[in-house]
Amino acid sequence: MRALKSIGLRVGRRLAASVPALLGVVVFTFVLMRVLPGDPAVFFASGPNAGQAEIQMIREQMGLDRPVHEQLIRYFAEIGRGQLGRSMTTGQAVVADLRERLPASLELTLAALVLALGFAIPLGILAALRPNSALDHVVRFVCSMGVCVPTFVSGLLLIYVFYVVLGISPDPTGRIDIFAASPPDITGFLLIDFAITGDWAGWYAAAGQLLLPACTMALFVLAPLARMTRASMLAVLGSDFIRTARSIGLSHWKVIVVHGLRNALLPVITITGIVFSTMLGANVLVEKVFSWPGVGSYALDALLGSDYAPVQGFVLMMALAFVVVNLLIDVLYGIADPRVNVE
Amino acid sequence: MSLLQVQDLRVSFSTRRGVVEAVRGISFDLPAGRTLAVVGESGSGKSVTAYAVTGLLDRAGRIAGGKILFKGRDITHARESELRALRGAAISMVFQNPRAALNPIRSIGRQVMDALSAHNSLTGREKREKALDLLRAVLIRDPERRFDAYPHELSGGMCQRVMIAMAMACEPALLIADEPTTGLDVTTQKTVMDLLAKLVAERDMAMILITHDLGLAAQYCENVAVMQEGVLVEQAPAAQLFQRPQHPYTQRLVAASPTPRSTVQELVGEPPAPPIIRPAPAPGAAPLLEVHRLTKLYDGFKAVDDVSFTLRAGESLGLVGESGSGKSTISRMVCRLIDHSGGSVVFDGHDIGDVKARDFHASRFRREIQLVFQDPHESLNPRFTAFDAIARPVTRLLGITDSRELTGRVEEAAERCGLPRNLLGRFPHQLSGGQKARVGIARAIAVGPRLLVLDEPTAALDVSVQAVVLKLLDDLRRQDGLAFLFVSHDLNVVRMMCERTIVLRQGQVVEQGDSAAIFAAPSDAYTRELLTAIPHFDPVAA
Repeated sequence: MRALKSIGLRVGRRLAASVPALLGVVVFTFVLMRVLPGDPAVFFASGPNAGQAEIQMIREQMGLDRPVHEQLIRYFAEIGRGQLGRSMTTGQAVVADLRERLPASLELTLAALVLALGFAIPLGILAALRPNSALDHVVRFVCSMGVCVPTFVSGLLLIYVFYVVLGISPDPTGRIDIFAASPPDITGFLLIDFAITGDWAGWYAAAGQLLLPACTMALFVLAPLARMTRASMLAVLGSDFIRTARSIGLSHWKVIVVHGLRNALLPVITITGIVFSTMLGANVLVEKVFSWPGVGSYALDALLGSDYAPVQGFVLMMALAFVVVNLLIDVLYGIADPRVNVE
Repeated sequence: MSLLQVQDLRVSFSTRRGVVEAVRGISFDLPAGRTLAVVGESGSGKSVTAYAVTGLLDRAGRIAGGKILFKGRDITHARESELRALRGAAISMVFQNPRAALNPIRSIGRQVMDALSAHNSLTGREKREKALDLLRAVLIRDPERRFDAYPHELSGGMCQRVMIAMAMACEPALLIADEPTTGLDVTTQKTVMDLLAKLVAERDMAMILITHDLGLAAQYCENVAVMQEGVLVEQAPAAQLFQRPQHPYTQRLVAASPTPRSTVQELVGEPPAPPIIRPAPAPGAAPLLEVHRLTKLYDGFKAVDDVSFTLRAGESLGLVGESGSGKSTISRMVCRLIDHSGGSVVFDGHDIGDVKARDFHASRFRREIQLVFQDPHESLNPRFTAFDAIARPVTRLLGITDSRELTGRVEEAAERCGLPRNLLGRFPHQLSGGQKARVGIARAIAVGPRLLVLDEPTAALDVSVQAVVLKLLDDLRRQDGLAFLFVSHDLNVVRMMCERTIVLRQGQVVEQGDSAAIFAAPSDAYTRELLTAIPHFDPVAA
């Protein structure tokens, strides 16, 4: 009960503290979009030979003829109503667009993160148990390759090997085979929706589509996770309480897992939060390569098209995601480490 | 038959500078149910010996020769699985620094249960019951409530009791205690050691006590073995060893250990120095330092509560007390490193408490009040050479920038502290503990202070080095007429170094007065408790 209350208190305090940061993000992107060269009204006018009057009309329609501070106040009012404006490219409300595309990005990112953790933690532990062994060097090499090869290169490489040469992976475009029926939209996460409806053939197809982009992404973040696990595991294994655990005659694996790993994972939790947030934004290249209908490619298209509202909406959403992820990590950390609750 | 026989044991470590022999052929026998102390200074190989016996040497170390027989069985090169079966069940260990020795994110109850289940198959309930019994046996009050506590929620002494409970869990025949009370207060040390001795005697266990404290060895062990640089130089029953030490190293070690009667000069084998005679202060003259009703609050908690004292020029005053007594806090307020919450600090007739701690570096009194820190290893900047460390305050506080003058000053300070000139270019990691302590002192006296505040200046040093450093400090005080505010938990050291002593407890003054009088006839019960808790071997008495 005491622990729950303390967690609740911390969550509340963190949320309150993040409000100014979010406001700052909104203002900053808003102003930035306004000072960037390019006039959206010109861009969205019906054709290259649209008249001055037509452009002026669009400008007035979009409210671009008002002073910037007035536009900003209107934007805030809109946020207050739960709206983020309308995208000129898709013609839909930005909120609706994001809601449609966010699950795709989240599904990809989460799958990649699970994959990355699934490989990084065991590899990190193995490397830490045999520091400077051949295995350690192999892990280091794989990690270095993962970071230094850009995702669009490794993505294309994976496509070439598994789709073109071996032919074991499905056509790498989109979340689902274009001829397959998509599941009813329940959560937006295809794997979950297929599982709920019990359509396992669909589930496998979607998972197959997901695998390559997720691997590409996972390869990219393998390094920070594995290296962190290795470093913190090495530090923990050298600490006094591991010696104590050995001195009372505990078996090797119990020393490593119960006393070593649990302590070593604490810093990995923090890194995982940072990695997740970065992935959510850095997805854009992978989304482009695999024609993944996610928020990253959506925002990039909007940015290139001088479409203000989606970019602003995307940045605000990312900031919110950052806050939420950090909060989640904080709570997790508080549960995992009893010392945190002291303050 | 002996429980443990060590024959010509050699342990070597492979380091970057080649193979180093940490233990070079030592032999001893330990019969069942007996107690042996292994004493020596840092680097003597005493802990390495213990780790070799339990097979807990770290990766770089290996047994290079000799034999270890446990109950007649050769375990020198036993496989890890055999050793694991022995550890905890037949040989267990208690470590120093108990808080770090326990897993910080596992409750103490679970850790005791881990120790139980390592060698027994018990049901969950049995385990819990036995663990509670063990916690009761090590005198942890209210064990049901403490069962789910984490190490950081307990005091150091409590953590050590938990560690002892874990070591006792499977009733081993041999307990190895590696500096079990280093870092604990004297009264806590006494309760922990008494408990350990009682449990060992009750369960008819044998104990090896590894310690640097000769008093502890004499008080709790029947036999004492002295180690120096990996060699066992002398082994004898405790009383005999301390009364008639045979080996020159043992003799030096015994002489260097502070006792209730020793003087600083005796520790290093010099004739006693005459008492310091100061001219009587002019009537009405202000004392050098006047601390009046000093108080420090931390979040409403009174760390220092209404403490007043005075210090005349050239006088030395000791502040003693256990952890949490506020002695270090007082010293920091006097040095103006932290601000006080109430009261005044008057130095040489000026209220220096008015200057904020963060601005005091610019005060003209900064050079008058200098500090010598506790840990010579931690308190030197690793990127500064010894010369830089000493020169820094000289340039900042005296404004000397001329390189010839600066060098002269630094070299003079170093020479007075017995630091050879050729060591000045070295970085801290290239210096020994004693040399680093000298750098710390040279840094403090280089600017010519009138008051030196010493916060446990020798706590991290070996006894023989401590003796030399104490002698150096005493000489400097005599030559320069420095006043000392000497903070220590070691009552013998304070008695030797200080003319007057203040005993503190929980931020309050328990007793103050002439050192000789306080130590000869303490008027307060707490002071008496502190004094009786000091382990001593007393080579003179008997």
